[in-house]
Amino acid sequence: MNIPYTVTARPDTGVYNAKVGVWLFLASEVMLFGGLFSAYIFLRIGAPEWPGTILGHQYARASDILNVPLATLNTMVLIASSVTMVMSWASLAMNRFDRYRLYMGATIGLGFVFLVIKAFEYGSKFEHHLLPAEHNFMGIYFTLTGLHALHVIGGIIVNSYFWGPGARMWKTDPKRFTNRIEVAGLYWHFVDLVWIFLFPTIYLL
Amino acid sequence: MSDLTHAEDIKKHVRVYISVFVALGVLTIVTVGVAYLELPIVPALIVALTIATAKGTLVALYFMHLISEEKVIRWLVGMSLGLLLTMFVLLTIYYYDQGGGILAGF
Amino acid sequence: MADHVSAVDGHNGRDDHHHESFWRRYVFSTDHKVIGIQYGITALLFLLFGFTLMMLMRWQLAYPGEPLPFIGNLFSDETMPGGVMLPEFYNQLGAMHGTIMVFLGVVPLAVGAFGNYIVPLQIGAPDMAFPKLNMASYWCYFAGGVVMLSSFFVPAGAAKAGWTSYTPLASIETMGQTMWLFGMILLITSSLLGAVNFLTTIIQLRADGMTFMRMPFFVWAQFITSFLLLLAFPPLEAASVLQLMDRLLDTSFFMPSGLIISGEVADAAGGGSPLLWQHLFWFLAHPEVYVLILPAMGIVTEIIANNTRKPIWGYKVLVYAIVFLGFMSFIVWAHHMFITGMGTVMSTFFQTTTMIISIPSVIILTALFITLWGGSIRFTTPMLFALGFLPMFGIGGLTGLPLGLAPTDIPLHDTYYVIGHFHYVVAPGSILALLGGVYYWFPKVTGKQMNDVLGKIHFWGTIICMNFIFFPMFIQGMAGVSRRLYDGGQIYEHAQGVLYLNEVMSIAAWLLFVFQIPFIVNLVMSIARGKKANDNVWEATTLEWAAAPSPPVPHGNFQKLPRVYRGPYEYSHPNYQADYWPQHATPEEQREPAGV
Repeated sequence: MNIPYTVTARPDTGVYNAKVGVWLFLASEVMLFGGLFSAYIFLRIGAPEWPGTILGHQYARASDILNVPLATLNTMVLIASSVTMVMSWASLAMNRFDRYRLYMGATIGLGFVFLVIKAFEYGSKFEHHLLPAEHNFMGIYFTLTGLHALHVIGGIIVNSYFWGPGARMWKTDPKRFTNRIEVAGLYWHFVDLVWIFLFPTIYLL
Repeated sequence: MSDLTHAEDIKKHVRVYISVFVALGVLTIVTVGVAYLELPIVPALIVALTIATAKGTLVALYFMHLISEEKVIRWLVGMSLGLLLTMFVLLTIYYYDQGGGILAGF
Repeated sequence: MADHVSAVDGHNGRDDHHHESFWRRYVFSTDHKVIGIQYGITALLFLLFGFTLMMLMRWQLAYPGEPLPFIGNLFSDETMPGGVMLPEFYNQLGAMHGTIMVFLGVVPLAVGAFGNYIVPLQIGAPDMAFPKLNMASYWCYFAGGVVMLSSFFVPAGAAKAGWTSYTPLASIETMGQTMWLFGMILLITSSLLGAVNFLTTIIQLRADGMTFMRMPFFVWAQFITSFLLLLAFPPLEAASVLQLMDRLLDTSFFMPSGLIISGEVADAAGGGSPLLWQHLFWFLAHPEVYVLILPAMGIVTEIIANNTRKPIWGYKVLVYAIVFLGFMSFIVWAHHMFITGMGTVMSTFFQTTTMIISIPSVIILTALFITLWGGSIRFTTPMLFALGFLPMFGIGGLTGLPLGLAPTDIPLHDTYYVIGHFHYVVAPGSILALLGGVYYWFPKVTGKQMNDVLGKIHFWGTIICMNFIFFPMFIQGMAGVSRRLYDGGQIYEHAQGVLYLNEVMSIAAWLLFVFQIPFIVNLVMSIARGKKANDNVWEATTLEWAAAPSPPVPHGNFQKLPRVYRGPYEYSHPNYQADYWPQHATPEEQREPAGV
């Protein structure tokens, strides 16, 4: 039994099934992060000062307590990984499997770099006992960046599968494989997109 | 058109990807630079969100191919964003209408 | 191209050479029909369980403080010492009754079971767009159900802060509440995956000629329902994560500053907002109630068209109404929060949107009523349920109006009036329609017929008992009896005059259970040795009846994927001799008009 339009596009909509599926999923993710951002907005406008007093210290700005240079670096890392991701798809579209492997590997690598930098950030917070329970500023920081990091991990797992065992499909059904990379790419770009909004909102404002 | 199979087309797109990357890098530096100016909250918010929206739009249009995507996808994206904004706006108005008072926390 | 020529791998139609193990075929199947049946059986069992919780509660409400004979002794001393219900246990029953009925019962039945089984068939597709994802959705739901049920057995029992889990009470509740939150995350994930599947399937897998405006209204209903699930559930997932962090990591997202618990200031950073939980919860929970009703409206429409032998009146209007309803459902949520100290601007806004949203519901109901006019009505068992739905939903909807307007909501909020209102729409509303759907599609799913006499007894007993349970609630509510009261209102002097109704409602509830027995017996008997049903027992026009056998082909549904030539309700067409013109019958099969 064949499900129609798994690889070729349906004539009237112009897209294949998985593309519709992933955009629908991304729509739900928009609302998930949106819910958290709403919580952030609601809590922040309700607070007399932000960040305010945490563990006895007065903080006037987020940049006093969070590491902006490190986060800026992370922003560039993630944006670069988005480029390598779309390049990996483009390589497949141009029939260059070797280039695909290279770019996908780079994407995975950059993803790891992001997580390592994040680990340093979190580590430094924990060292200073700046835990989520101390203040809602820390709570929302950890929740938003934490959920985002979980999504990065998920993306790395999916990308690794497509770099490794999943790449076998290139031999048997190259078009379908290319579509899968496009779909994985859409997810990865979304993760980048969330960070593009998260970074200024949490760190700079 | 959403199915890009011709190699020449892809090469053109690669050039676009690189340009977008550069633009994103520049905008990131700008947004961090502006933050160092330590503007009052309302202008700071407007600048930061404008730059973030610009960056996000570039990613969505070019990396996610929305610029050449089919109607069904674009409608979906539009509806989700519309709902998101509605949620933000209603919650914020709710807070102030309830007597949340002056812009606290800023 | 090889993509969509035949539904079944060229082997003579029936897929009888499949070497699937028992587990792959019946447990971990990716066939939407098997998954639909799995959802159906699980959901019906959960509905029964949720009903049992309520029957226990109704003993306490009818005879407060009295030991429950025989059954009461089965319970532990932590719940019903000496057979007398403790308030803590009453609260568990209340919270879990709501949670189970809504999230484990009605929605999985309406969407997971009916949606999964019927939608691909009605649009002429061989299966859902993502069969493996479909299977994952079911098992996620199952896991969520296991977590929810297990919560009864942890120390201090299940969640007891209402199905609404308002903070800060929920934040300081016992372990059962944490399990509720994890259970919800699993259930929400299941729904999200399901929604992605449904929407992609409807957008991408409609058969040739099946344009959007030729889809059966049931499919439209599932389409809009899936959008609601997709976009409204995530904020609740976010909120559940935040509440979990408040409970497990001592954050203060919902903990206000200086909260005093049992005489002591809470040890939390503070700065949080209990209202934030309400916003995020109701942002989902309002669209959720449309998730509860829309599939039911779809089912009723199918049954009415079929049993009046006429096209549905105003199909286009129905479609516009349901699309509009979907959009509006996202911007009415705060009508559940009128008493939270809302400002006048917001109050006006939400009252207005709430009043506006009643219009599409009225349009849908009106169109269905008008369809009956001049129809050749067949009072089959499904039709009885569908007809019963109409006035019941009418009462439910009308009683919602005073709740949607702030001045009248203020005295009625959190009283039994509210409970009466929402039960009318869900119980004699949705559930009645869903039961009708079981009778309607049973012959398609099993290839057998159900017993008609038992069906009619089931119908009359159910609808009469439901009215005796839920109508008195309006009276009690208007007299000022609050909801969620362990003693049923005894403590209020102003309620004394209406307390006698508690016993009436309880007896009606227990009788309602008795009347479900003919249904259960009917199901079992008919599956075991029901009369064989032909492929299209109801002589219906839609593809699941007209183009697929009963039951449909195991993998692929149709011998050959149908092509669609006309709308879904071409009954009694002047150009066609039979009184039903299947959607996929070719124009060449047109025969002499009757009477020539």
